[in-house]
Amino acid sequence: MLELTVYGIVYGSVIALGAIGLTLIYGILRFGNFAHGDLMAVGAYVALFFVAVALPLLGIPETRFEPLSFGWRMVIAIPLAMAATALLAVVLDRAVYRPLRHRKSSPVMLSMAALGVAFLIRSLIYILWGPDPTRYVEGLLRIPIYLPFDIKVRPDQVVILVLTLLLVMMLYLFLQKTRLGKAMRATADNPDLARISGINTERIALLTWVIGGALAGAAGIFWAIDSQLTPEMGWGFLLPLFAAVILGGIGSPYGALAGGLIIGIVQQVSTAFINPAYKPAVAFALLILILLVRPQGIFGGRS
Amino acid sequence: MELSRVVLGILSGLLVAALVRALAARWWPRARWSVHLSAGLLVGVLAGAWVSQMEGGYLAYLVTFCIMAGIYGVFSLGLNVQWGYTGLFNIGIAGFFALGAYTSALITTRKPPPEVWFYFKQAIGLDQPFLVGLIGAALVCGLVALLLGLLTLRLREDYLAIATIGVAETIRILFNSEEWLANGSQGLIGIPRPLACLIQNPPCAWLPDWAKPLVAGWTARDLDAIYLVIVVLALAALYWAVEQGIRSPWGRVLRAIREDEMATSMAGKNVFGFKLQSLVLGAMIMGIGGGLYAHYMRSISPDVFVPLFGTFIIWAMVMVGGSGNNKGAILGGLIVWGIWIGTTFLTDLISPLLGAISPELPARAPYFRYLLLGALLVLVILLRPQGLLGEEKQVSKL
Repeated sequence: MLELTVYGIVYGSVIALGAIGLTLIYGILRFGNFAHGDLMAVGAYVALFFVAVALPLLGIPETRFEPLSFGWRMVIAIPLAMAATALLAVVLDRAVYRPLRHRKSSPVMLSMAALGVAFLIRSLIYILWGPDPTRYVEGLLRIPIYLPFDIKVRPDQVVILVLTLLLVMMLYLFLQKTRLGKAMRATADNPDLARISGINTERIALLTWVIGGALAGAAGIFWAIDSQLTPEMGWGFLLPLFAAVILGGIGSPYGALAGGLIIGIVQQVSTAFINPAYKPAVAFALLILILLVRPQGIFGGRS
Repeated sequence: MELSRVVLGILSGLLVAALVRALAARWWPRARWSVHLSAGLLVGVLAGAWVSQMEGGYLAYLVTFCIMAGIYGVFSLGLNVQWGYTGLFNIGIAGFFALGAYTSALITTRKPPPEVWFYFKQAIGLDQPFLVGLIGAALVCGLVALLLGLLTLRLREDYLAIATIGVAETIRILFNSEEWLANGSQGLIGIPRPLACLIQNPPCAWLPDWAKPLVAGWTARDLDAIYLVIVVLALAALYWAVEQGIRSPWGRVLRAIREDEMATSMAGKNVFGFKLQSLVLGAMIMGIGGGLYAHYMRSISPDVFVPLFGTFIIWAMVMVGGSGNNKGAILGGLIVWGIWIGTTFLTDLISPLLGAISPELPARAPYFRYLLLGALLVLVILLRPQGLLGEEKQVSKL
């Protein structure tokens, strides 16, 4: 049980990274980005491209950091893939979401466009990388290390947790301490008021996509390091992502962090009692429970 | 085979006649309506005659194409009630698709005998006729939609969307992993086709003696033609019913909710109640669509009801045809299914080209069709959000 909780925290931190971006987009751009799971998949697959194709060509050695499953290639690939995902998010905003925003389309219309974008991304992944599940390193025995209370964890998972913590702390400093971060929070609170007080909301929108995309990319890579890559992985993330966002209160990044961890832990621990196939259904049940009890989320937000 | 000729000839004639009449009315609005109608009829008769003399292979292909387009037309109608008229964002159509198909299958099949339970499990098997199956499918889907609506429709509009994804995923996982219920991932087989006894020897017992020689010699292909008639009748009946509802004061409230919820509620309408009715009605229509699909395919398994075929393609149909227009929804079903089927040839065409780029690519050629469909939806939203046929101005009957 404790072990499942630890796995849940690892999985939850992946969900949280995705959910933070999703909730920022939700709060600032005011629509549910149904392509967010697929942005995570993009991050994972772009990293695969760097690890398996681009970096070997540049002569970066394959040495692993024992006992981790990855080495220098991945260290270089993570920021590159995050940047690529952020870039894709910005391009999509320019091509699809911004025209709709300027036309004053309803949020549902934007969500539907996101659904179309999600399918576009997924089919591109199918075309470029094929339908089969893959891993960054094939056929590697992942030896667990033992923690107190007889908890087995894989070394990769510890690193994932540390990196997630690092990213969240950077985001916290950015949002709380910098002018731009404050402007972002203000826009999430009240876009009209923000615009009147001289905040360039288009620039904030751009920044939201950069941050959301980069975090989604990182989340996808972390998940793929611990598990595997499939073209459909983005769709699978969608339910837990939205459950985490709603649980934390829409527009609240810290709420999304807490929500992601809770969803992750509940989903993992539930496998001790019911068929693991039902993990998405557990996220759904939790979502329904939140909607019943506290639809505005635990950290306030807008209902 | 002769039956297919007759059925397809009449159907394509009617369809073309309606299309030509509508186009004529749009392009020459100053001509009399009788001119539009006779132009439609003339071209319709020609088209019908041309189709009915086609080669047998093409005919059979056309029959299967029309059946699927008709079934998708039913789904488009259901989605049009929810999205087109009320603005409800349901992206879990696949769930109602699966639920309708499985419900109808479980109602109409027989429970397997205990000897084969090791190979084939099925919790329920009521051995009821086709129509009972369809009604059951509609009721079960309506019930699930009712529960879902009660939970989510009072909240933000996009909560419904997320919840519908949850319902769809849960239903698929349920049928996939609960083997006792409906044979798990293997799925159900032997779902009866209505009127299948017509091609048996001796034919159905209820058939009057004078009709028996007529059906003698009918084959499975004729059964497809009969099923096409059934699908078209169901589609027409649903179209008629939805049109009646939409043109009534009830439909006016739905459209008012879509345009401005606040104002509608200020006018004293129970917005929540109307939304709930629309969600349930749409889901019931989708349930019937699922049932029609199950009895056409005769076997179903959970892997059919994935987001692509169950949800996404139907959204493309409604958006292309024109949300808020029932004719558009059906036309969109026909067009998008045509594009989807037509592009199978495209993938054959581009395969050699892809092979020149990378040896792995030809095997992935089918995914270019996914790409095309995704691009189609995004482009329609960006460039022509009202679809091919925009919403018609509706005048409610008093």
